[in-house]
Amino acid sequence: MIARLVTLLALALVAAPVAATAAPIAIVGARVHVAPGTTLEGATVVIDRGRITAVGVGVAAPAGATVIDGTGKVVTAGLIEPLSSVGLVGIDLEPSSVDGRFGSLDAVHADAVHAAYQAQDGFDPAAVTVPVARSGGVTTVVAAPSGGLLAGRSAIYALDGSPTPIVGVAAVHGALGHGGAGAVGGSRGKALGLLREVLDDARAYNATRAAYDRNQARKLVADRLDLAALAPVLRGAVPLVLWIDGAADLRAALRLARESKVRLVVVGGAEAWKVAAELAAARVPVILDPTANLPGDLAATDVRDDAPAVLAAAGVAVAVSTLGSNTGARTVRQLAGIAVGNGLPWDQALAALTTVPAQIYGLRDRGTVARGQVADVVVWSGDPLELATAAEVVIIGGVVQAPTSHQTRLLDRYRRLPVTP
Amino acid sequence: MPTLSVRRGVAMVVLALVGCGGSSARPAAPAKPSPPTLDDDAPWIDPASFAPVRKRPLGRPLSDAIRNPAAPTIAITNATILTATGQRFERGTLVLIGGAIAAVGGSDVAVPAGATIIDGTGKVVTPGLIDAHSHLGVYPAPSANAHDDGNEATAPVTAAVRAEYGYWPADPQIARALAGGVTTALILPGSANLIGGRGFTVVMRPARTAALAAFPGAPSTIKMACGENPKRVYGDKGGPSTRMGEYAALRTAFLEAARYSAKVAQYGADRQRWRERQARAEAADRTRGDGKRIAGEPAPTPPDVDLKLETLAEVLEGRVLVQIHCYRADDMAQMMAIADEAGFTIRSFHHALEAYKIRDLLAARGIAVNTWSDWWGFKLEAFDGIPENAALVTEAGGRATIHSDSAIGIQRLNQDAAKALAAGRRAGVALDDDVALRWITANPAWVLGLDGVTGALKPGLRADVVVWSASPWSVYAKADLVLVNGEIAYDRSRGLTPSDFELGHSAIDRSTP
Repeated sequence: MIARLVTLLALALVAAPVAATAAPIAIVGARVHVAPGTTLEGATVVIDRGRITAVGVGVAAPAGATVIDGTGKVVTAGLIEPLSSVGLVGIDLEPSSVDGRFGSLDAVHADAVHAAYQAQDGFDPAAVTVPVARSGGVTTVVAAPSGGLLAGRSAIYALDGSPTPIVGVAAVHGALGHGGAGAVGGSRGKALGLLREVLDDARAYNATRAAYDRNQARKLVADRLDLAALAPVLRGAVPLVLWIDGAADLRAALRLARESKVRLVVVGGAEAWKVAAELAAARVPVILDPTANLPGDLAATDVRDDAPAVLAAAGVAVAVSTLGSNTGARTVRQLAGIAVGNGLPWDQALAALTTVPAQIYGLRDRGTVARGQVADVVVWSGDPLELATAAEVVIIGGVVQAPTSHQTRLLDRYRRLPVTP
Repeated sequence: MPTLSVRRGVAMVVLALVGCGGSSARPAAPAKPSPPTLDDDAPWIDPASFAPVRKRPLGRPLSDAIRNPAAPTIAITNATILTATGQRFERGTLVLIGGAIAAVGGSDVAVPAGATIIDGTGKVVTPGLIDAHSHLGVYPAPSANAHDDGNEATAPVTAAVRAEYGYWPADPQIARALAGGVTTALILPGSANLIGGRGFTVVMRPARTAALAAFPGAPSTIKMACGENPKRVYGDKGGPSTRMGEYAALRTAFLEAARYSAKVAQYGADRQRWRERQARAEAADRTRGDGKRIAGEPAPTPPDVDLKLETLAEVLEGRVLVQIHCYRADDMAQMMAIADEAGFTIRSFHHALEAYKIRDLLAARGIAVNTWSDWWGFKLEAFDGIPENAALVTEAGGRATIHSDSAIGIQRLNQDAAKALAAGRRAGVALDDDVALRWITANPAWVLGLDGVTGALKPGLRADVVVWSASPWSVYAKADLVLVNGEIAYDRSRGLTPSDFELGHSAIDRSTP
């Protein structure tokens, strides 16, 4: 009977998240990357009530703690995917499962500005992509819309099935350059001009809402809720995250950001390395995909493999991302590894997956394995950037996550043939 | 007889280009028997036999693809060598002579006098990688409508078209794929069509013409597709709009091809009988000896050439390696049934994310599976993809490859194989490094009909070789040297060779001396 009970408990551990009120967890004897550049060997990480309560060498596991043997393992903070469609886009080609994607970036939209869209209205915390992303050690995603000049507002979620976002409105997202031009009829300059006008009108609207409501405002270029949604961008409370590839467009965007006093974050940045010094001086981070080395876009053909390293060396904060993937979020660590292969220092690659995204979006208690942080922690079988390495234990908010996904269940069913479902 | 199916006119163009001095020169075709005059009007008929088509063996040694007089003698020493034939040598030596692999083994392998020695200390040497599914050149960079040459999406069956005609051999993506260790790839038409046209097997080097990029003597291939793509593309353009329509259209196409074959065969027989009657009549004229000629029966009229049906007839004759884009297990099974009915053999399925569900069937039929490690879910028919696919197919005795279908992915096939290897091992599938290496070398060589030519480090095979900075299963590993047919085609210390397009306005041009 007792044996049966133990088995059931073990199954429960595998099958379902452990309640946050459960016993403390101690990961013992691991290499712990407390933060990029700060590594402890043979260290213990103690997690209690959702937070990291102790980290160090020689720290004792609390009495009654669930002990995870970290010998030979590597512990990092959970990875933060800074631009994702996990939870918004289920199956790309099935419109019924797609949210927050406003046509392709190349499509011409009559409605180029939909800043009022909120990812938190569309996010599905139970999406089939969530546990698959988690299997790659991703514990947090910035679920962001795309398409148009201004696509809308992102939200940040922990991938633990929680329907409540960590941050409900994380940023306003959009595109300039080729993507933005497509949204306004083909001109990159027109896209920039429209964005300038939208920001200007948003400032006017948010300063004189009462006049607007009395119908005493001049004609505004965007809808009321779109302009309202830009208020936190104008206050500098959230960043304006724009996909911009070409160097000329990047310089134009830097000018606009300076004029408008908005916190600009660059996405894509195929030619960002060419304006690295200006980006660094303006403290504009870049969220990039290190594999994007093809001269694919005629408006941004000067690409190079070592762009992440060049940017980082110039002092630009670099975050690594799949740039909006839903099913591929788990590969973000491979992307960081590829950047290392092309010269980015390993610690900066880890930062590109943890502390830099946290800084970009103002997540103060995530991104490191430091005392007091939210316990989003991954126990890896080895170097987290290496291809053979597995995320063996994924802890979010102090809770060990089940590894089960659509994919693991398919493997269970088809591991042996013939199958008799 | 070259295995590449070329019309005489095309063959002459090819030979003329080779005469320009390309290093990947195609061999001169052996002399054909001089055809009767009439056959100049009907060149699809084999002039030797009057048969409409003739079976040619597949995958036979293509010695002209291997021999390269321009290639120096090279010895790579002190390297870890993975052969893709089940062997592994630590501190091994690989000797390349005249474009071919001359010797492979441990440190006891003799280095020929005068050989250029490459110190492989700390390096890992593998065969050149092969991608069984690429659209480089037909969907080049920069991406633009002007370059969009991969899908002849004007009819669901366009068997007459060839990827070779759309291949831009100066595509900037080519040098990047080469730098990732890829030496050979099958360039395929896209999957908009049920039958999209012939594939094009290329040597992964920039070239001035498509013919110069062609892998010498590579067997002909054809691309087919099932499932969501054709019905999405043609649903509003006259169909098919369902899988029902797709399979009916495929059966119809092959029935039509069979009728065409029969018509061509009938013509051959009619013409043979006509020749016999003519000979008898002429003999009778001579016997009579009165100077009058009664032999004058007009020759039978040859049927019109139909390039689409001619291609499909070649498929039915088994002279074309059939490559089919399918995701779902049930779709693959349907395609097998259609192939059985029509009478052709499927060489491999591409993408095949549900291959693991029918791996026993695929293995029993000897159909290869080209797939990815972790792509899934981008469409409903890709919803059940799992990272263990290649491993499970392998475990069942099937032949798996890791392909790219991507200008980004082709730059790191080794990494994708590494992920599939790791996933398989975690699932308890016993896989050694050599088996996983075959996913990106020997197995795609078989898919392309180039087994016995390239894809392994074995004496006598073509010297397509990669020298890696570390284990190719590491995310940090880089191809330091890539040798194509015994010549260094990429040297990391010299950087990427910029494409014509990139000259004068790019970082990679500025970084190149």
